[in-house]
Amino acid sequence: MSVLIYAEHRDQKFNKAVYELVSLGYRLANELNTQAIAFTSGDIADDELKSLGRFGCKTILHTSANVYDDEKQLAETISAAALENNAKVVLMPHSFRGRAVAPRIAVRLKASLAQSINGYPASVQPMVVNKRAFSGKALVKENLDGDISVITLTPNTFGLHENAVGAVVQALPDNAGAPATRVLQQEVQKGKILLSEADIVVSGGRGMRSADNWQPLEELADILGAATACSRPVSDEGWRPHHEHVGQTGKVVSPSLYFALGISGAIQHLAGISGSKVIVAVNKDPEAPIFTVADYGIVGDLQSVLPRLNEAFRKHKSGN
Amino acid sequence: MNILVCISNVPDTTTRIKFTADNSAVDYTGVQWIINPWDELALTRAIELKEAGKVDKITVVSVGNAAIEATLRKALAAGADEAIRVDARAADSYATASHLATAIKQLDADLILCGIESSDYNGSSVGGMLAEILDMPSVSSVSSLEIEGESVKIAREIEGGRQQVETSLPAVLVVQKGIAINPRIPSMRGIMTARTKPLKVVADAPADTRTSISTYEFPPQKSSCKMIDAENPEQLVDLLHNEARVV
Repeated sequence: MSVLIYAEHRDQKFNKAVYELVSLGYRLANELNTQAIAFTSGDIADDELKSLGRFGCKTILHTSANVYDDEKQLAETISAAALENNAKVVLMPHSFRGRAVAPRIAVRLKASLAQSINGYPASVQPMVVNKRAFSGKALVKENLDGDISVITLTPNTFGLHENAVGAVVQALPDNAGAPATRVLQQEVQKGKILLSEADIVVSGGRGMRSADNWQPLEELADILGAATACSRPVSDEGWRPHHEHVGQTGKVVSPSLYFALGISGAIQHLAGISGSKVIVAVNKDPEAPIFTVADYGIVGDLQSVLPRLNEAFRKHKSGN
Repeated sequence: MNILVCISNVPDTTTRIKFTADNSAVDYTGVQWIINPWDELALTRAIELKEAGKVDKITVVSVGNAAIEATLRKALAAGADEAIRVDARAADSYATASHLATAIKQLDADLILCGIESSDYNGSSVGGMLAEILDMPSVSSVSSLEIEGESVKIAREIEGGRQQVETSLPAVLVVQKGIAINPRIPSMRGIMTARTKPLKVVADAPADTRTSISTYEFPPQKSSCKMIDAENPEQLVDLLHNEARVV
């Protein structure tokens, strides 16, 4: 038996979400009296692979096959590794790729699937997980009734837990065939903090008034090392790109700290931010619904409040 | 080119959700039903492509009892040509995908579009499962779809960027916002013609399920919001640092 972890990498580096996944996998494996095994594919240095040992993973399976752009092939490859290692649980990051291939793996393994679970399962034997439903309006306990569970983890819901062990890399053969899906072109913004994994998110709404007023918001994001985001009207107006839209039909985020700047707090927006640990709202309307979910609030005009807030954070950061 | 759009029937997104007395199920009394928002965007893009002469036929398919036919009629009113209802229970993602697959195997679709998740159970599962059951390629988080002759141009979102990809057909595309921006609202004429468009019912044997929800609860209520004077942003920084410990 084993717990198999799909350790996705980008630009040949693991990110925090993967280390968090390994932390959870290690604890699960302990509870199941088995071992956590990581699996990854494509070009990546041995030292980077072995860094998974910091969080308790002793065995790292690596195939140099570049199968990750084809969902079908990637699902086949991960499923084969799961069968080979008699995996009881397959853990995946809730990234674009993770959530795309997890359902395919679940079908191949005749497994139960839970996407985007919050934190450690409520029970491991039998497997019961905590999830959101109705876009955050409800929390549910879901029973995974199959013999095998395929699970993706919502970032920032379990945390990093170090358990340093020596990790050994095992090379797997590359027996991938021709892919059905090919990437023709790729544009990636380098050095940007990813919204879905960010610890701090700074988000603007219609109260920012126009596309030209975003500079102080971006400055705040810079000072705090945060990702930028926006509400639906803002992306619909074209003030900000669609990939920044947080809410029911956009992205669901789960940061430690969420700034809602000039966001009134429509129910669809709240659906996307309910997983945030701490919410700060700045709005000129003291009756705005955002204050019912916020932990800290300022009533005021953003054009005067935001520069002062930036100044205060800058002072705080330079004092650290 | 024929497009098939999978439709989930969900409570209106502004619905205040209630549970049954023992918190084991959702109380759907008085709920208004709509096309799942992402499925609606998928349908909208299919209609745009048909209007541009790139698509021959749009079929919508859904799983459920006769009550979901009102939602399928809305899809026909918006511009779909034909609707199929698989007369079965969408008990979980796997059962839903299995039932959809039964109907789709009998059709001749080049592209199968599914929304990236449904706004009720947020499972994010049916599209990928369907592709695997049908043994087709899938492309997920699709934010743009263009058709030129027999080839499709797909853009998908990835972390921090996007990719242009091509895939062999038939394929399942799991789509998100960006594929279309505003959903197509049915016109009066659309609503009239929808009455005469074909809505077929397909029977299917009960499918396996692999998950079940045992309890529902509301997210914990936040304690009241601590208000800070706009003239004193230093206090906010201090609270975030010393009390909330997040900066």
